[in-house]
Amino acid sequence: MQKLPIQRLEEVANEIREDIISMLEHAGSGHSAGPLGLADIFAALYFDLMTYDPKKPDWDERDILLLSNGHCVPVRYATMARAGFFGRKELMTLRQLGSRLQGHPERTRLPGLETTSGPLGCGLSQACGAALAMRMDKTTHRWVYVVMGDGELDEGNIWEAAMLGGKYKLNNIIAIVDRNNIQIDGPTEYVMPLEDLKGKWEAFGWHVLEIDGNNIESIIDTVAMAKAIVEKPVVIIAHTIPGKGVDFMENDFHWHGSPPNHEQAVKALHELRTLGGKIRSEHE
Amino acid sequence: MSNLHLADLKGEIKKEPIRKGFGRGLKKAGEVYDNVVAACADLTDSTQMSLFKEAFPERFIEIGIAEQNLVTVGAGLTLLNKIPFVSSYAAFSPGRNWEQIRTTICLNDRPVKIIGSHAGVSVGPDGATHQMLEDIAIMRVLPNMIVLAPGDSVEAEKMTLAMANNPKPNYLRLAREETPIITTLDTPFEIGPAYVFRDGSDVTLIATGTMTYQALVAAEGLSKDGINAEVIHVPTIKPLDTETILKSIKKTGAVVTAEEGQINGGLGGAIAELIAEEHPVQLKRIGMKDRFGESGTPDELLVHFGLDAKHIRLAAHLVVDKN
Repeated sequence: MQKLPIQRLEEVANEIREDIISMLEHAGSGHSAGPLGLADIFAALYFDLMTYDPKKPDWDERDILLLSNGHCVPVRYATMARAGFFGRKELMTLRQLGSRLQGHPERTRLPGLETTSGPLGCGLSQACGAALAMRMDKTTHRWVYVVMGDGELDEGNIWEAAMLGGKYKLNNIIAIVDRNNIQIDGPTEYVMPLEDLKGKWEAFGWHVLEIDGNNIESIIDTVAMAKAIVEKPVVIIAHTIPGKGVDFMENDFHWHGSPPNHEQAVKALHELRTLGGKIRSEHE
Repeated sequence: MSNLHLADLKGEIKKEPIRKGFGRGLKKAGEVYDNVVAACADLTDSTQMSLFKEAFPERFIEIGIAEQNLVTVGAGLTLLNKIPFVSSYAAFSPGRNWEQIRTTICLNDRPVKIIGSHAGVSVGPDGATHQMLEDIAIMRVLPNMIVLAPGDSVEAEKMTLAMANNPKPNYLRLAREETPIITTLDTPFEIGPAYVFRDGSDVTLIATGTMTYQALVAAEGLSKDGINAEVIHVPTIKPLDTETILKSIKKTGAVVTAEEGQINGGLGGAIAELIAEEHPVQLKRIGMKDRFGESGTPDELLVHFGLDAKHIRLAAHLVVDKN
């Protein structure tokens, strides 16, 4: 793995967003808002926080990253390609027949995915399983990261796992909730209120840290803080902007499950490449 | 008769709950394989995981009453190359958590071993809610899943050890009540084959789980009626040993299936699919016929629902007479 300086990480996150837009436009279906919102977290995970070897995806010293909200997988594919798991060209096969990049991630097709997900609510419990296995092996230097959506916290399986994590004090889990406040039917607080979300996790025995999930420096600092907390498992509630970086997508729940068409993709890419009009794009 | 070293059913018949054999097998698997671990959803004694828990407390996880969590924690354990055995009552696992099993275990192709105890109407007085009848059907349709139902506790012990060394998702169906012991320590067992427990020429009785004993008793009765029945025991329901079954059916031209579960989608369904495509012959299916069970003693219920040697024997007459 390669550790990049913060400024470069921010550029990488932006490049990941460009790839997400291109992939989704090419695929003609898929989720836009969540993956764009998660780009900073994924840049931080793959280019600073995690230990792994893209040439040995099953390396038994690697950290494990579970993507519970599998529909956000375009951000993982785009990041993995940049991290050297496969070539960026393959990104344009997303959702096509025979592709290793399935609409929702399938472990058996693409090395490095760790699990198969899409049906929601199953990531935290798998993280608990991996963490318990590490404890049985007396392994203390590896970490289990799990990224969950906020909408999927409606699922009972999440809270079954939260109880288990609290019971066994699984302090080698770093759970990250992508708190972007939207789900398919609308704002989370209309569909099924999650607040007091911090209080809920605390009641289940977790230590809660809250951050701006689009601030890479804060993501990295907070994970370091989380690793130092040993008496409880830690969940980071990462407040993100859904559709981050593309003005017409930001904070609009209608973009949860839709891809951009060609015109929208051109507009989105222009905005990303000019950093919202602050610089001139080399493509102009 | 094939030399399978079966128990002598003419003398006094020993009985033991099938789940007891699982309990011994799991402890043995724990001794043989360091990476075998176990998790249970608040039924550790009842599903016979307590032997393993006592021997390997550090390798046992108490999940609480949370079956969705049970199987997904199992999937997570495999990320560090563990072989997790996860147990509950079959009505709850795989009854309640089918989608988690489908996605995180079958599509994900992970070697999680799902133990469904207390299957069938012989659960008895607890009634229909706890008498799992649909488990074979819902596990049999899942790609990658291997579906197993031992005929007695001795076979269950061997089966459990074999599961620990099998790289695929497995479902193991267990029964609560005492079941006659029909095999011996010398009887061969592997995941995959069906076993011809009795050679015959007039009708093929195909049975799984607790019903294999009933099929053997029915075959003895049929011999008094002048009908020579072949008995095939199917401990591996999926993948089905089509070769052994078709060979027998081509010889006898008549089939009766027997299981303690729904015939629709169960072993009866599997055999009906096979013979309809490959070699259509007369078929009767003994099992639960699109209905739920109810409270009662196990023996009462088996007779009430026609899940016994008498009904297998009658069905055999019907299919033989039609030929």
